[in-house]
This record gives sequence, structure tokens and C-alpha cells, in this order.
Amino acid sequence: MKIKLNLTPWLFLAPALIYFTIMVIYPIIGSVHISFHDWNGTQFKCADGRDIKSLQENEFCRKIPDMKYVGFENYERFFKKTPKDLNKIKKYWQRVFDPGDNMIGVPVLDQGIGLISTLTDGKKTKWPRLSIETKIILNTIKWLIFFPLAIPIGLGLALFLNQIGWFVKLSKSLIFFPFVISAAVIGFVFQFFYDPNGGLLSPIYEYLGWKDGIIGDKDKATYGIIAAAWYRQIGYCLIIYLAGLTSVNSEQIEAARMDGASGWKLFRYIVLPQLWPSTFVALVVTIIGALRTDSFDMTQIMTEGGPGRGASDVMSRYMFQKTLFDQDYGYGSSISVLLFMFMLIFIIAFIIRMYYQDENLR
Amino acid sequence: MFPVPIEKATKTNRVIYYSSVALVLLLWLIPLMIITLAAFKTADQLNAGGRGFVLPDPFTLTAFKRTLTNEPFMASILNSFMVVIPVTVISISLATMAGYALSKFRFRGMIIIFAIFVGGNFIPYQVLMIPVLRLTQDIGIWNTKYAIILFHGAFQAGFCVFFMRNFISQIPNELLESARVDGATEFEIFYKIVLPLVRPAMAALAVLIFSFVWNDFFWSLILSPISPSGMLAPAGLATIIKGRFYNEYNVMAVGSILVALPPVVLFFLLQKQFISGLTMGATKG
Repeated sequence: MKIKLNLTPWLFLAPALIYFTIMVIYPIIGSVHISFHDWNGTQFKCADGRDIKSLQENEFCRKIPDMKYVGFENYERFFKKTPKDLNKIKKYWQRVFDPGDNMIGVPVLDQGIGLISTLTDGKKTKWPRLSIETKIILNTIKWLIFFPLAIPIGLGLALFLNQIGWFVKLSKSLIFFPFVISAAVIGFVFQFFYDPNGGLLSPIYEYLGWKDGIIGDKDKATYGIIAAAWYRQIGYCLIIYLAGLTSVNSEQIEAARMDGASGWKLFRYIVLPQLWPSTFVALVVTIIGALRTDSFDMTQIMTEGGPGRGASDVMSRYMFQKTLFDQDYGYGSSISVLLFMFMLIFIIAFIIRMYYQDENLR
Repeated sequence: MFPVPIEKATKTNRVIYYSSVALVLLLWLIPLMIITLAAFKTADQLNAGGRGFVLPDPFTLTAFKRTLTNEPFMASILNSFMVVIPVTVISISLATMAGYALSKFRFRGMIIIFAIFVGGNFIPYQVLMIPVLRLTQDIGIWNTKYAIILFHGAFQAGFCVFFMRNFISQIPNELLESARVDGATEFEIFYKIVLPLVRPAMAALAVLIFSFVWNDFFWSLILSPISPSGMLAPAGLATIIKGRFYNEYNVMAVGSILVALPPVVLFFLLQKQFISGLTMGATKG
């Protein structure tokens, strides 16, 4: 009886566990392995050491990749130009804030990481030319900073729409439903929406003098793509917060109201802390989007990393292009491993939190 | 309730509130409205500057005809159904069993195994890309729908296990114990007691998995990039429609609508299941 009870859970578990391990866990190790090698994706050798070309027509062997071990070379390659580029960026900012004896830099919100400076003599301090690796790192950082703004926007909308009645209910559904549409479709919808040739925004572009529109301009493209990606993410955050708001303790709110708390104070000290579970879930899902799905789908559809060389490219997409189109499998793997290592911080945080919240697990 | 219910506000404030909701809604839907308008326009009108908020002139269904008769694209839409259905069945059935094991039994390593399933959900696809691609090439299913089914069946199972474990732990242990005392085998307990009780969770998962897999773009590009009858609809839109009709925004608009429609219809039909599935974990604890 005792043995049977111990075996039962494993029988129920085995199919999912084995399948999941083969398809999702083991490949991580595979990618880490490839990332230490140089491989073009097309060269193979026999697992038993025979040369694949010397095989007779009726002979077969298990093919394995014919890779060259290169140690950390792929990672070094990725970060090789970082110090030089950081130096260029540093110099740029120095010129912006300390442009010389007679000139005062006037930073205007526009370019680079968000600023362009027009010097008083009319000359512009140009954003330096950076290597593609630095560009994709900076763009990924932009995603990590700006994409999560969908969370406060979603919270704002949730507070705005947390009412009853058919009209409000319908509005909630209609604001949420873009979330169920493929990011590839939303990407195209916004490509059309942003269109500078006779599109809805063209009069505005004309007024501002943006002749390439948003995603056609190398300085604005990333922001334009992130804003388009908000369209799905805000809906998601809205729903998560609406669910959170229904479970906010109403007695506490009434008690606080009795004590004279209202508006911002009530929100800040009573409601917001109780919404923390929603915030946490929204944050984790949004970070995943910034690193994995949304950044890839939207960039691939809207600009393919352009305009120009990598103006809006991100790590998740550049890795795909490097691997499949430039056939640089080892280098592509090393970028994906870097993405994974970063995500691991959030994975571990999520698991630790789950462990302490769920008494069944302890 | 926070904020204060609008019914308690003055009449003027109520009017202000409802009109601002209407305004937000209108602004929110603009991108989708202009794409819908574009679907009924001619390519000439769109290329002559009529891409904004102007009515179709002339009104035409040519774009629908051209899209619906594009065989490769329609094949990719049909294929999406052929992929989504088996993936949903595979991942939910495996996950229900695993979720039962993880919630109703205590054994060594349980926490680590659960953590693997949960953590697996957050893994960047990119780090799985090359090995999964190689695996499907090795077993000869690359560039077919089976490659996508094979991967998503496993990957979505991770999310389903997370969901199912939390759902099944709410079933009272006494219910299972009494059946055990009555001499039911473990399989009977699962089949006759647990399964009927988890049906609502299965429904919620099914709509979620349907939309997740339907909307997948990355894996379709990796695992079935060429064959139209192997790729998913969003990839069909990006490679077939965008490649063939690059100058005809009306056809691209219709293609977008067709790709968006199935999950949207499903969402409006099964809104309750969809939302309850999506918000699990955001409310408790």
C-alpha cells in the first residue's frame, strides 16, 4: 500500500514531465552548449566519428553538428564594442551639458535615448554612430523601461472603469479585446495607423516636420513600436487590475473613509498595497513581453529591425536574424543565453514568491 | 468599492463620466476602425492618400474576394485550426494529470518539479530556438504542422500545469479520501471525481490556449517557415499576404481581420472563462 501510494503521483506526472523536459528544459542546455561553439548550422558529422562524406549510399549514421569549440569568444564578440560605444555616449552627454565657453546646450526631447541638443549657435550635437550590438542592447533597455508603462496606464483605466452598468462593462470588453489579437496583426494595424503617406497621422507629421513618420525614422522607431505594443498590454493590465480591485477589502475602505481618508490618500495607503498581487503578475508578464514575445513579434512585423542597420532592433529579434539568416548559430545562441540569464532573475523571484504564498507547497 | 460608485454622484458628474468613457473608447478603437474601413476601400483610394478616417469610395468587396481566394493564405488559416485543436487537447490532458499529482500527493521533489513547469513558462523562446529546430529536423517533421504541434503541446502544458495544480488544490481532500476508503483505485478517483470537477478549469484553459497558440508568430517562423499548409495564420499574414500584396493595403487589412477574427469571436462568446483564466493568480495571495 505504501509503495503504491508513492508511485501513483509519478505515474500521473510522468507524461507531462518527460515531454516538457525534452522540449523546454533540455533545449536550454543545448543552447548554452552551442553558445560556446562556432557553427554555421549546416555542417554535420557522424556521431561515431566517421566522415559524413565517406558514407556509402546505403550507410547511415546519427548526424551531430560539426562545431568548433571557441570558449567565451561569442560572448566577447557581443560585448567587444561596448566600452568604445559607452565612451562615445559619454562624450555626447558631456557635449550636451558642457558645450564650450560661449554655448549653452538646450536639450530637446527627441532623439537618442530621448534627447537631442541644439546648441545656441544652431549646430546640433549628433547622437554618435554605435555598433549594432550596442544599439540592440539600448533598444532592449528601452523596451524594459517603457513597455512596463502599460502597467500604470492599465491601473489608471481600471480605476476609471471600475463601475457597474452595461455601458461600462461593454467598454471594458472593447478596451481589453485587442489583447486576444495576434501581435503580428496589431503590428500591421499600427504600421497602417502610423503611415506617413496619406495615413491618419500624416497631417500631424506634416505639422511637426516628421517626413518619415514614426517607425520610418531611426530615432523614433523603437518608441513607436513600443507604443503599438502597449495596445495589447494595456488591455491585459486593465483586466488584471479590475480583478484585483474586486478583491480589495471593502470594510477597510469604508473604515478609512470614516476616518476621513479619501482620494489619493485612500488609494495610496489602502488600495494600492492590496493590489500588489496584480501588480506583480502584470510586471512579470510585461517583462516577458519586453524580452521575448512582444518585442520580437512587433519589431519583426513593423520594421524588421530597421530603418537602416538595427535602428529598432532588439536582442530577441537580432538573435533570430543572426542565427537563421547570417547562419551564425553560436553567436545567436550566446545572445539567447544572455536573454535567458536576465529572465532568470524574474523566474526565480516568481518561484520564491509562489513558494512563500502557497501553504500547500511548504 | 473603490472608487466611489458613479450612481452616488450628481447627475452632471454622471453625464461627464459617461461621456468621457465614450470618448476614451472612441479614441481607443481608432486604429482598429481605420483598418476596418480600409478593408472596404480600393487599393487606388488607399494609395492616393485615403488611408485615414475617410469612408470607402467606392465601397468594394474586392479585397475580401482576393484574400479569400488566395489559396496559400487560406491554407495557413485552416492549418491554424489543425494545430490549435490537438495542442489544446494534448496540453490540457497531460497537465490535468500532472496538476492532480502535484496538488494531491506529497512526495519528494514535488516543489522542484512544480517550479520547473512554472519557470518553464517564462523562458525566452529564443533560448529554445536552435535545439528545438534541430530536433524537428532530426525527426523529419520540420516545415510541417507537426513540428508546431510537438513544441506547443509541451510548452503550453507548462502553463496548464500551473493553472491546474492551483485549481485542483481547491478540491477538498475529504472527497478523495472517502472515495479511497470506499475502495476506489487511484485511476478511478482521478477519472470519476477529479475530472468532472475540473471541467470549468479545462474550459477556461481551452480558450486561453486557443488564443495563445493561434496568435503565435515566432514558432511558426522557426518551425514551419515555408510550407503554407504548415504555418500559422499570423505568419501567413506576414509572409504570404504581405509579400504578395505589398502594394494593396486593402487586402492586407482583410487578411488582418481574418487572422484576428477567430480568437476575438471566441473571446466574446466565452468572456467569463477567458477572464477567469487570465486573472488567476492576480487576485489571491
